[in-house]
Amino acid sequence: MLEIRNLHAGIEGREILRGLDLSVKAGEIHAIMGPNGSGKSTLAKVLAGHPDYEVTQGEILYRGSNLLELAPDERAREGVFLAFQYPIEIPGVSNANFLRMAYNEACKHRGEEELDPLEFDDLLREKMKIVEMDASFINRSVNEGFSGGEKKRNEILQMAVLDPHLAVLDETDSGLDIDAMRIVAGGVNKLATPEKAIILVTHYQRLLNYIEPDFVHVLYQGRIAKSGGKELAEELEQKGYDWIREAANGRGVTA
Amino acid sequence: MTPIAAKEKNDFLPAVRLFAKTRGEGDPAWFAGLRQLAAARAEELELPTTRDEEWKYTNIAPILKTPFRQVFDLQLNGLREKDLTPYLIDETRGSRLVFVNGLYSPELSDASNVSAGVAIGNLGAIPETLSGQLHKHLGAYADYGKQAFTALNTAMLGDGAYVHIRAGQVIEQPIHLLFVSSAAEAATVSHPRVLLIAERGSMATVIESYFAAGENRYFTNAVTEVFAAEGASIEHYRLQEESDRAFHIGTTHVHQERESIYRSCAISIGAELSRHALNVALTDEFTETVIDGLYVVAGRQHVDNHTVLDHRKPHGTSRQLYKGILDDSARAVFNGAVFVREGALLTDSRQLNKNLLLSSESRVDTKPQLEIFADDVKCAHGATVGQLESDELFYLASRGIGAEQARALLTYGFAEDVISKIRLRSVRRQLDRMVLEKLHQNLEVN
Ligand SMILES: Nc1ncnc2c1ncn2[C@@H]1O[C@H](COP(=O)(O)OP(=O)(O)OP(=O)(O)O)[C@@H](O)[C@H]1O
Ligand SMILES: [Mg+2]
Repeated sequence: MLEIRNLHAGIEGREILRGLDLSVKAGEIHAIMGPNGSGKSTLAKVLAGHPDYEVTQGEILYRGSNLLELAPDERAREGVFLAFQYPIEIPGVSNANFLRMAYNEACKHRGEEELDPLEFDDLLREKMKIVEMDASFINRSVNEGFSGGEKKRNEILQMAVLDPHLAVLDETDSGLDIDAMRIVAGGVNKLATPEKAIILVTHYQRLLNYIEPDFVHVLYQGRIAKSGGKELAEELEQKGYDWIREAANGRGVTA
Repeated sequence: MTPIAAKEKNDFLPAVRLFAKTRGEGDPAWFAGLRQLAAARAEELELPTTRDEEWKYTNIAPILKTPFRQVFDLQLNGLREKDLTPYLIDETRGSRLVFVNGLYSPELSDASNVSAGVAIGNLGAIPETLSGQLHKHLGAYADYGKQAFTALNTAMLGDGAYVHIRAGQVIEQPIHLLFVSSAAEAATVSHPRVLLIAERGSMATVIESYFAAGENRYFTNAVTEVFAAEGASIEHYRLQEESDRAFHIGTTHVHQERESIYRSCAISIGAELSRHALNVALTDEFTETVIDGLYVVAGRQHVDNHTVLDHRKPHGTSRQLYKGILDDSARAVFNGAVFVREGALLTDSRQLNKNLLLSSESRVDTKPQLEIFADDVKCAHGATVGQLESDELFYLASRGIGAEQARALLTYGFAEDVISKIRLRSVRRQLDRMVLEKLHQNLEVN
């Protein structure tokens, strides 16, 4: 599904990702953890194609082809989805219009029939049940005036509607109460089928109680410093990141 | 009065003189008298130039360069009801007055469904029973003594629209006043006039539309006066959708009495050169004023909005949101003055002007102006000028929405902030369509 090799990327001449390798197969759930500022969101944005970030070295293969050649909207239509750490508010544009447009763009791309507002409404109502969202959210402006938790749930709603192949969730669990956490996890688990892949960026082990990852990686200073199974998340929860830092810096002197 | 030296050439005066001579005897004496007074002022007042602070950024030279023909008799020039269709508003069915080149058209008007509590009709044919009421207010708020364009308009008093809402009446059916310019061979000038009177405790919605059948050049010099008596509530929409080659100068004067509510939304989409001045006088206590505006211009259009909120007594509340979208090399001017007079305690006023520039060639001059002479008031004002946010564009892109669609959606969203507050669905739809058309954007929204 996704093959990242020796990825170097940065912003305004400052390198943030420094030789990152990651391989994700269909049907897998990967969790990425790591201290603040280690480059997790940068990785997520590079995958989604944020124009401010520059890839200086390395490659990313997505379903066999070069992801870096695609514009961000093309990546999305090809099935890459990013749930933002800080979802953007779009005043004046209703959730319904926004989602229908996004959905129909993907339909067009696949050569499928587009849905009219009524047909789409049915689909949307179905998906809204997954995130237990009130119907009034449909006609509100995208994320405008939403609480932090509502924004995150709205990201999951978008994911459910767009049904991506590869979903990258950047701290979707942060700032959620227990109920919202359960709802978000439910949405993710619905998507987790053998044909799909999911990358979860998180700081907390508790999300991984609801969504069981196949792999856990620690990102540190722009590289994967350690990988393991879900027991690695538990270890991090107990010991923090210091031992990772020490190990990495021990290596870093010579690097 | 001593004649003023170096007077700008005023080509509108011959028509004023001719009108004074040829207008029949039918008008009430006070009406003809008002016209005469204004004509005398029109002869004396200079047309504004960019040397006037109020006209600093709006140069009317292109208007003065064009020779205009004043139309004295109604000619439809082939105009039919179906030409009005794109501008009609469903909710106002059977409650509309139509003026063609400034002249009342009974044929295109339809007053078959006007509520009993309101009288609407042509100022050029005022019924006896209303003469006294209209006399009290016509010319009382729009100052023909100082403003040259208002003097010209008043000097040409003839046809026009009056709306008189009787005390205590709630008028459910909104009233639509349409001012359409219809192509004759030469460019025409018209001086539309509206008088809207809401007596004590009454309530009504009135829409003014300015547009053209065709792409001709013409000049509209419109003046509207609004009187809201104690406890009256008025919702007022002004849709300037003139042809892209037109000139439009509009002035609206609002006089609010105690506990009255005035809500307006002024839209400027058309015209090569346009200006709308909205002056609201909050003359007594506990008034509430909401003035919204939206201007959307492209090509080489120039649009100017001047507003004045004059808080004269305590406990007045005013809210203002004016938004502008500029594309190509369009220019916009916003000047919003808020006065809080001595003694206007506990005034609560908020004003915001936001501009979205879609092109690096477009330009806006915005000046919110706050002058407070009273204590214990709450006032906030501000202006912003910006481009589409790259974070917003990326967010839409990350959902598969292409660059062009994303631009259209964000631009639409920016305008929607104002449009969505309009209570009439047909007006919202008309504006959605016109805004997107103006910006050459295709977007299917519902
Ligand atoms: N737009 C930007 N301009 C300047 N520096 C940036 C920008 N985006 C990221 N950085 C820097 O890059 C580094 C990595 O940031 P990133 O957001 O990827 O971290 P993160 O691992 O997601 O952290 P967190 O856990 O706090 O979300 C940080 O030092 C950050 O300050
Ligand atoms: Mg982050």
